Amino acid sequence: MKKTSIFAPFTGWKYLFRKPVTIPMDDIFKHPRESQDNYRGFHVNDWTKCIGCGTCSEICPTAAITMAQRADVQEEEGSLPERPVIDYGRCCFCGLCVDICTSGSLSMSKAYLYNSPDPEAFVSMPTDRDITGTPIIAGYVKDENSDLLDLKRKPMPEISVEESKRSFVEIVRGYSAEQAKAEAARCVACGICTKTCPAHMNIPEYIESVWKGDLKEGLAYLYKTNPLSAVCGRVCTHKCESVCSISNRGEAIAIRWLKRYIIDNAPDEAYESVVNAKVSKPGAGKVAIVGSGASGLSAAYYLGSLGYEVDVYERREKVGGPMRYGVPRYRLTDEALDRDVSIIRKLGVRFITGTEVGKDVRFEDLQKKYDAIFMATGYPYTRHLKIEGEDSRDVVLAMEFLSEATEYLRGAGPMPDIKDDVTVIGSGNVAFDVARTLVRLQNEKFGKSNVKMMALEQRDQIPADEEEILAGAEEGIEMNLGCGPQKIEIDLETGSVTAIQGCVCTRLFDENNRFNPEFDYNAEVCIVAKQVYLAVGQTSDLSYLPESVSNQLKMYRGKIQVNENRQVEGLPWLFVGGDLIRGMDIINGVADGHQAAIGIDKLLSET
Amino acid sequence: MKEVKLFLGPQHPGMHGNSSIHMYVDGDIIKRSYLLPGMLHRGFEKSMERRTWMNNIALIPRICVPEPDPNEMVFALNAEALASVEVPERAHWIRMLVLELARLSAHLMAFGGIGGPTGLYTAMYWAQADRDSILTLFEEITGQRVYHMYITIGGVRKDLPKGIEKKILAFVDDLESRLPDYENLVLNNPSVQARTKDQIMLPAEVVWELGVTGIGMRSSTGKAYDLRKVTPYARYDKVEFDVPTATYSDAHTRLTLKYLEMYQIIRIIRQILDLMPAGKVREKALDGSALRWQVPAGQVYSAVEASRGEYGYYTVSTGGTMPYRVAVRGASFPQATLGIEKYLPGHRIDDAALWFDTMGICSPEIDR
Repeated sequence: MKKTSIFAPFTGWKYLFRKPVTIPMDDIFKHPRESQDNYRGFHVNDWTKCIGCGTCSEICPTAAITMAQRADVQEEEGSLPERPVIDYGRCCFCGLCVDICTSGSLSMSKAYLYNSPDPEAFVSMPTDRDITGTPIIAGYVKDENSDLLDLKRKPMPEISVEESKRSFVEIVRGYSAEQAKAEAARCVACGICTKTCPAHMNIPEYIESVWKGDLKEGLAYLYKTNPLSAVCGRVCTHKCESVCSISNRGEAIAIRWLKRYIIDNAPDEAYESVVNAKVSKPGAGKVAIVGSGASGLSAAYYLGSLGYEVDVYERREKVGGPMRYGVPRYRLTDEALDRDVSIIRKLGVRFITGTEVGKDVRFEDLQKKYDAIFMATGYPYTRHLKIEGEDSRDVVLAMEFLSEATEYLRGAGPMPDIKDDVTVIGSGNVAFDVARTLVRLQNEKFGKSNVKMMALEQRDQIPADEEEILAGAEEGIEMNLGCGPQKIEIDLETGSVTAIQGCVCTRLFDENNRFNPEFDYNAEVCIVAKQVYLAVGQTSDLSYLPESVSNQLKMYRGKIQVNENRQVEGLPWLFVGGDLIRGMDIINGVADGHQAAIGIDKLLSET
Repeated sequence: MKEVKLFLGPQHPGMHGNSSIHMYVDGDIIKRSYLLPGMLHRGFEKSMERRTWMNNIALIPRICVPEPDPNEMVFALNAEALASVEVPERAHWIRMLVLELARLSAHLMAFGGIGGPTGLYTAMYWAQADRDSILTLFEEITGQRVYHMYITIGGVRKDLPKGIEKKILAFVDDLESRLPDYENLVLNNPSVQARTKDQIMLPAEVVWELGVTGIGMRSSTGKAYDLRKVTPYARYDKVEFDVPTATYSDAHTRLTLKYLEMYQIIRIIRQILDLMPAGKVREKALDGSALRWQVPAGQVYSAVEASRGEYGYYTVSTGGTMPYRVAVRGASFPQATLGIEKYLPGHRIDDAALWFDTMGICSPEIDR
């Protein structure tokens, strides 16, 4: 180190001749310094991406972000008409909102200068412009390192494909407590799923219950809107997951599996307390429910819990409708359905099985005996194609086949008569149920499988759930897509089916987006098959209704018209739900049953 | 003679940060003195118990404004220790780089800050200008100049921007070439020496009594107690550097040590840029979204070597989304509280600001 000198400090004088590092005041206004690329400046929000989930507002450490309702934002599936408003009097520019943004719409600009004499002017709703209103220069954006969401779903333990395609053992094994908690921790509780769920289930709430480990609370949330949670926790079409805000950039929360986790693991005493919850004023009246499918059972639960006397009429030996006689066992076990049904039974609901309305008991008699009737007979019959050769004995209808197969599996019937080379026409969930059931039965009978599917749709148009399509492919089902059947070839000597003649489908929907397929009749397709299974949709049979009732029903596109309480106008005692009024789906049925129960309660408590 | 009551700070050019010294003076000799904290009444420790683990990252840099990064580092170290997470290799090196740049900027501020109480404003201007260059580097790396919120649980928030290595090297080369100017301006300046040599002593007994760490301890005891050497964290065991020490601690020695450490910081930064591997910068440490991060239950104390000494957090988690308790060991806490009460009396009024500066006191970490 140098010695002390009186002149030492004066060596600094050389800086007099260097360029100053300070910025002149004039330049600050005229040529403001541009901040660095990564700068966390004012917020920018891409409204075309923003879904109004409010997660930015949730994480904000300074509570600077509030969500504001916007009338000018369209109410769409998978989003809320809200947008973040940022109070720059509170904001600390940490950028956590950007890092956690589910849709990736939030980012920050490079701008750092803003001034106003008006204190209110520091509260701003960012759009593609930030608070300064000038064209933005992009600054801080998130990347995979700074991301604060967990985009990967916890894998669900399943039995192997090899094992599953040879048995009807339930494929999905369910989450363990740790897995369920970790999966539930991914949820940001935005509630967009609740809006989309037909039953408007309290999804964020019960996911939080799983995360906290409070299954009793979770169970109470489930039963608020859905008494068939053991069923829905397995085979629901989970519209909630398709709109999950996490799915914008990652894998949706496994909402269905978490629901199943609650049902499978909630202690018995939790069920007791949920089921035995007393109502302040029990309802008085008798209600008949025709059909014990999803909507029938749902209505039975809610009416039963309100104290009404409920009789459920079912033509088959067991209750459950398509859940019992349609959905294969590897997706939905009898035990799960029985668990839901036993709770409803505990409420005092009477199930009158083996009794077909219109045959064993007249509808008019029900009308006299009960104060209200809920019609929930669904779409139990398979639709026909109306093509040549359809009446052959080797053409099998989907619902009838599934019913036979489920009966066989519970030991109540013989093995369905299946052949070793079959083709399923259709590509909905029912078609896949048929095809995958056939794979298993063929493996059992022949030791190998040969199942083909034929559908009008292309891969991206298939109406079945994605997991069904993938599982079907894994199980070796051959897909013939984009072709429509024209004729079923029959060997004239033996009378048995040999092949399906079809041609290429060039268009599925017309310009009005209505189903209206067009074919190229020159491009022929021939699929060899010894048996053909029809799974091209289902239909109802309302012949049990007396004319006095059926004349009063208003139909629109094959569906019965009802008001918001599922009540038929002109027939105040008649309520309808499920497949008869809208798309075939268990969760639709659950929602209708609940709503009809509310409607029936209103009707009966007023009179 | 009657004692006069005087306040030094919080609004005073010689005062470092937002606290105040309450002095009773007789003539120009301080007879009794107390620290008056509370000017920064945020209640950091309590606030941390009401914020999620991630949200705390946005709060804790404020516990030391000139050198915020050790806060983020110890907070992250504790959570990682409780969650048993191994940070990616590259993240360790980036953390070191950020911590060293922060140390350099803090040293510059304190070294140049001597200009305030001695009237040598040139030193302050120079140091602020150089510190500003570091802040620009920080702006590019982390997105903000002062509160970086960059070191986080599991690693760092983002990878280094492309080309930053060159800019850092250019800056440290330039600074290193000008450090002798600082030496001439401050250390070799007779007027500064008159105020600092053999003044404001910190004897070894006082160090042991108060628990002073950092430059204060190293300058008086001759012990090379530097956590980067003693209990290396990140990858400090992979870089070479010396820890300057002395056995006679007046204000001038402490300034000199600070000056010598700046060379060591530059040496470390060059090695980091040379040795830093490529790869991931953040490990997913906790399950779920940041709103539901839960750190496993347990308690842990981690400390790093800040510019002022041992800087640590004692964290208790009960497995919840928020820390149950975080206690901050501010590096300058002993000298600023007991030190001011016990050892400031006897000095002249004009030495109080120098005392405050060269003892390495940072007000908010007392006021946490």
